[in-house]
Amino acid sequence: MTAETSQSQAKQSPTIYLRPSKGWLSIDFKELWRYRELIFFLTWRDIKVRYKQAVLGIAWAILQPLLTTLIFTVIFGVLLGTPSQDLPYPLFSLTALLPWQLFSTALQRSSVSLVGNANLITKIYFPRLAIPLSSVFAALVDFGVSFGVLLLVMAYYRYWPGWNILWLLPIVLLALLTALAVGLWLSALNVQYRDIQHMVPFLIQVWMYASPIVYPIDTIPEGLWRSLYGLNPMVGVIQGFRWALLGADPPDITMAISVIVVLVLLISGLYYFRRMEKTFADIV
Amino acid sequence: MSDIAIRVEKISKRYRIGLAQERPDTLRDLLVSSVRRFKHMFSSPEGGRYDDPAHIWALKDVSFEVEKGQVLGIVGRNGAGKSTLLKILSRVTDPTEGFGEIHGRVGSLLEVGTGFHPELSGRENIYLNGAILGMRRDEIDRKFDEIVAFSEVGKFIDTPVKRFSSGMYLRLAFAVAAHLEPEILVVDEVLAVGDAEFQRKCLGKMNDVAQEGRTVLFVSHNMSAILRLTQETIVLDEGKIVLRAPTPQAVDHYLNMGLTKQGERFWSEEELNASSDNFKPIALRVKNPDGQIVDTVNSSEGFSIEFEYRLNEDISGLRVGLYMMTTRGEYVFTTFDTDDPEVYHKFSNRPAGHYFSRCKIPPNLMNEGRFILGLNASVYRIRRHFQDDRALTFTVDATGAPGTHWPEQRLGPVRPQFEWVIEGLEN
Repeated sequence: MTAETSQSQAKQSPTIYLRPSKGWLSIDFKELWRYRELIFFLTWRDIKVRYKQAVLGIAWAILQPLLTTLIFTVIFGVLLGTPSQDLPYPLFSLTALLPWQLFSTALQRSSVSLVGNANLITKIYFPRLAIPLSSVFAALVDFGVSFGVLLLVMAYYRYWPGWNILWLLPIVLLALLTALAVGLWLSALNVQYRDIQHMVPFLIQVWMYASPIVYPIDTIPEGLWRSLYGLNPMVGVIQGFRWALLGADPPDITMAISVIVVLVLLISGLYYFRRMEKTFADIV
Repeated sequence: MSDIAIRVEKISKRYRIGLAQERPDTLRDLLVSSVRRFKHMFSSPEGGRYDDPAHIWALKDVSFEVEKGQVLGIVGRNGAGKSTLLKILSRVTDPTEGFGEIHGRVGSLLEVGTGFHPELSGRENIYLNGAILGMRRDEIDRKFDEIVAFSEVGKFIDTPVKRFSSGMYLRLAFAVAAHLEPEILVVDEVLAVGDAEFQRKCLGKMNDVAQEGRTVLFVSHNMSAILRLTQETIVLDEGKIVLRAPTPQAVDHYLNMGLTKQGERFWSEEELNASSDNFKPIALRVKNPDGQIVDTVNSSEGFSIEFEYRLNEDISGLRVGLYMMTTRGEYVFTTFDTDDPEVYHKFSNRPAGHYFSRCKIPPNLMNEGRFILGLNASVYRIRRHFQDDRALTFTVDATGAPGTHWPEQRLGPVRPQFEWVIEGLEN
């Protein structure tokens, strides 16, 4: 076989090796990129299916944060008189709810995603990461829709975002990465232990009250407690949102802690996922 | 080396035994079983072995090569390791031991319609399923019209597939899969579903794929499909390759495999899975008119087929069916023990107990040759209690049958005696 034909053949028909998987595997980002269309279609399917046969359809993406804001405003803002960093309480809570719902939707969907797609996993090969990834991406669409509503509510209260709004991009990315990091761990664990899917709603509920959504971050005393609080990456995300959009106190040291926590969770989650990946088809 | 498409060497796959029942599904189960295992370590003499959970080898030391452009059949009984092998080849799961290499893009049809979403329209599902099977978007765009034409769902293409009839659903699913253009195609039992017309179409498409010089691995229980599509076949049994031979030879070997006693077949507990819950098959026998169990019956004498079974519970509407097949996989006839309406009413409810269903095959029906008996016990449209597509094989001898004064072979699986009248007109 000449060098030329071997080259053209290598291009058309890559050799696939089958061998037992042992130990920790590296993450094949190149392969993931080759499967980007599959990730796109899975994301698209999740979005399409979510609001099928619902009369209000995608309007639910607007109604959910608005109704929750209404409830929070009545209970925490009006009845309990929770301080809100001198911001109108509805705006204060809605600004936090948007990144929170992005995160919680992404986390909830990604943690059950592998089990929900068991029929695909047991039948066809593709990088398994495509599944939790597409669940996380699907949450972005809801976020995009509800973000439009937030801008309208801000306009109503005469708040105009400055150039700081550009910081939202890295902050949204941080929220997504947090959801993905935890989602990778939970989805892989859920394949073996279905307890996870019963646990997730509680986890999300507890996590919500551990984030400065209904109350301002000042409630937590500065110093050690505040630093511990920063272990929750959503603290930095929510604080960043209020700062970038409404000009509240800028994120402090907690943001740096959040970023480190997310990176640790994400990298360990990726490796755990890769390690378990080869057994998904056998035990799901 | 360049003309080898697939090469596997000593591939083995181990599964934990009783994965379905004993796998700790929840943390609680895990804790309970760990505690039990821990207790056993002290209480039973060989308790230490509980440390190594029992495993089974679904595949053991399987080695073979497939040349580029070859269509290779794989046959074997349920649990022989066919599906495991295909899963390893399509990279769904990893081998426990061994090594393999595949040269070329692999497309697998392990089940038609994988990834179809009932809420999405036919059009949307074509794109989704195409992407799942590994097609690029522009590739799907290009083939879209062809896929729709092949599936014949035409004007329903924008209807959610949950409103499709099962036939339409299957046709669409197969149409997408059939338009994959991998260099190596792995096919498992796609032909087991759908009506005759659909199967004919699938086989035609598979034939085209084979003609195009692509490598195909084809697993099926349908022997006539295997015979039509493949030249060479691997026979798997208990996770090992027992034979690789030209297809007709391999099919014959497969069909004659594993019969404990000639003319009689027993079912042991291990062979019965959970689906045969309260219906327990005991034995199937072929008997000559004297009541002896025989492997060879005489066509001109007739014979009977006896199925012995036990019902652990009352079953209403039960029917026990017998399928006669040639070794080429063509059906000769199907008959049920409650075909007679009177018998059907009398046995509308079969109480728990021990039963024999005997079928008397009249003289001068079967042609000479080897035949396969398939069994089925079901309640029509409600539940299938038991099925074995190749329960027993036996031989029919045509000595003394009508027309045997000409020592030639007669065509066809049956050799009935008909009434002939020869009329001679005087002129």
